[in-house]
Amino acid sequence: MKRNWFRRFTGVRNRGINPQGFHVSQIKFYLLLLPLAGFMLLPIVFIFSSAFKPPEELYAYPPRFFVVNPTLKNFSDLFSKMSSSGVPVSRYLFNSMVITLVAVAASILVSSAAAYALSKKRFKLKQTLFAVNTIALMFVPIAVTIPRFLVIERLGLLDTFWVHILPGLAMPVGLFLLKQFMDSVPNEIIEAAQIDGASDLQIYWRIILPMIRPAIATIAILTFQAAWNNAETSTLYVNTESLKTFAFYLSTLTTTTSGANAVAGQGIAAAAALIMFLPNLIIFIFLQSQVMSTMSHSGLK
Amino acid sequence: MLDKASFQKWIRREGSAYAFLSTYALLFFIFIVVPVLAAFLLSFTFFDTIQFPRFIGLRNYITLITQDDTFMKYVLPNTIQFAVIVGPGGYALAFLLAWVLAQLPKIPRTLFALILYSPSMTSGVAMAVVWKTLFSGDQIGYLNSFLMNLGIVQEPIQWLQSPDYLMTIMILVTLWSSMGIGFLAMLAGILEINPELYEAAALDGVSSRWQEIFYITIPSMKPQMLFGAVMAIVGTFQAGAIGVTLSGSNPTPQYAGQLIVNHIEDYGFLRYEMGYAAAVSVVLLLMVLFFTRLSNRLFASEE
Repeated sequence: MKRNWFRRFTGVRNRGINPQGFHVSQIKFYLLLLPLAGFMLLPIVFIFSSAFKPPEELYAYPPRFFVVNPTLKNFSDLFSKMSSSGVPVSRYLFNSMVITLVAVAASILVSSAAAYALSKKRFKLKQTLFAVNTIALMFVPIAVTIPRFLVIERLGLLDTFWVHILPGLAMPVGLFLLKQFMDSVPNEIIEAAQIDGASDLQIYWRIILPMIRPAIATIAILTFQAAWNNAETSTLYVNTESLKTFAFYLSTLTTTTSGANAVAGQGIAAAAALIMFLPNLIIFIFLQSQVMSTMSHSGLK
Repeated sequence: MLDKASFQKWIRREGSAYAFLSTYALLFFIFIVVPVLAAFLLSFTFFDTIQFPRFIGLRNYITLITQDDTFMKYVLPNTIQFAVIVGPGGYALAFLLAWVLAQLPKIPRTLFALILYSPSMTSGVAMAVVWKTLFSGDQIGYLNSFLMNLGIVQEPIQWLQSPDYLMTIMILVTLWSSMGIGFLAMLAGILEINPELYEAAALDGVSSRWQEIFYITIPSMKPQMLFGAVMAIVGTFQAGAIGVTLSGSNPTPQYAGQLIVNHIEDYGFLRYEMGYAAAVSVVLLLMVLFFTRLSNRLFASEE
């Protein structure tokens, strides 16, 4: 019994990369990671804590980090509030949900169809087009905000629902990850399906899509984060208040931090920030193993 | 020229591939290719959004180098300082943390990976609430209250309005949220390496963990290292808006946190000198290209 225990904590397979269990040599890594993880978590714990603080704790002096008497008052205040232009907060939240849902679904379809062509079809421009997409991995959207604005204006997309969706759909990282993952699907399966008389569309829909689920989950997360957190589109391209997103509404809460408005707004802003953050976290927790298996195909040569 | 028969043959052979690609290609062209080309073309013009762009050759670039004092005195040094620390610094940190995580069993590793990744899920807007409260300039601010309690400072400090501290805070905040998908890719890359390589290396006399990292780990995962590097470079330049978010004004106090991205916005959307702003955009894109080339050199796979 004792020897077993000994072997368990000093065994060779528990040392080095990807160990199966605990080993004394791992203690130093825990000693490094625990304080760092604690430090990294502080701001996030702070969002949770502030969102449930009653007003007297938000403005207590000296300030306290953790909430003592948690309350849901900030949330009920948030939802009973109207923006200065008379749009209820629930409207922004509803917009964000619809936009994010449509963006995620559309992005999966558009990118995976393109990835199918780049990974499994034969055509002349294949290598070139994939190379162009790889160069576009370095694309920094913020650098071309101005010409993008002009393009969107010319297309008549200003102040429409679609301006939230279309510009973000072509996501070079997304196509890249999907294509790399799809390369690991054996060609024999596709050839067998072709012999059985399956059409391209059937192969894509019935064979490819189910086999690349981890990569799809990853794209879904990336698109979700981009769409859900997007305040910029509402600021730059949308005038109609009832077409703007929750992220935009939150940004209006934090830019007015002076004077009386700041005092009234801080609890509401914290509650809104928590609503912004939570869906990201929950979705990632559920899909993290799929993300990791996609990432092992992420190499750039 | 293309006759009807060979066109039909082409459609039969390659048509469906282009059909699958078409939507993505169209959106890619409209929202990525056209804006980049337009930025390039506009950079040679004077354009105030009211009149049609007027061609002025290289004058925008000449002005940028010779007359734009703000750019040379604040924006460029700030950008370089920010990029050098956040880029390579954040990248090295991401790799080291990924390596440390790979030394742990699955469950604690997943937990720590989640904690380290979670800041990069947050958005600038959501976190602005937090930073503004933590670094608040009055004595109710958490950092001020903490330091005053310890007796380190006597008076509350205006952290986000002070030219002395803004840049440091920007760098810390950006590093905090820099464990993104590049970090996950590197973690996956380390875990994928065949354990036999390490055993073989041990027989060949590789003894310390550092030797292992430099002779086995990094060479075996160059593709992931490169992917991580590209993500780090893009993330660094993309993160530029943070100074304006934190201080709440563009330009930032005494230009202390002014980065290229803010300079573009300043000229483009506040002064409506779109041609000039486009020239600055082109410079920014060239910088990204240069750094990516550099990391390509470092991590190119010999195949």
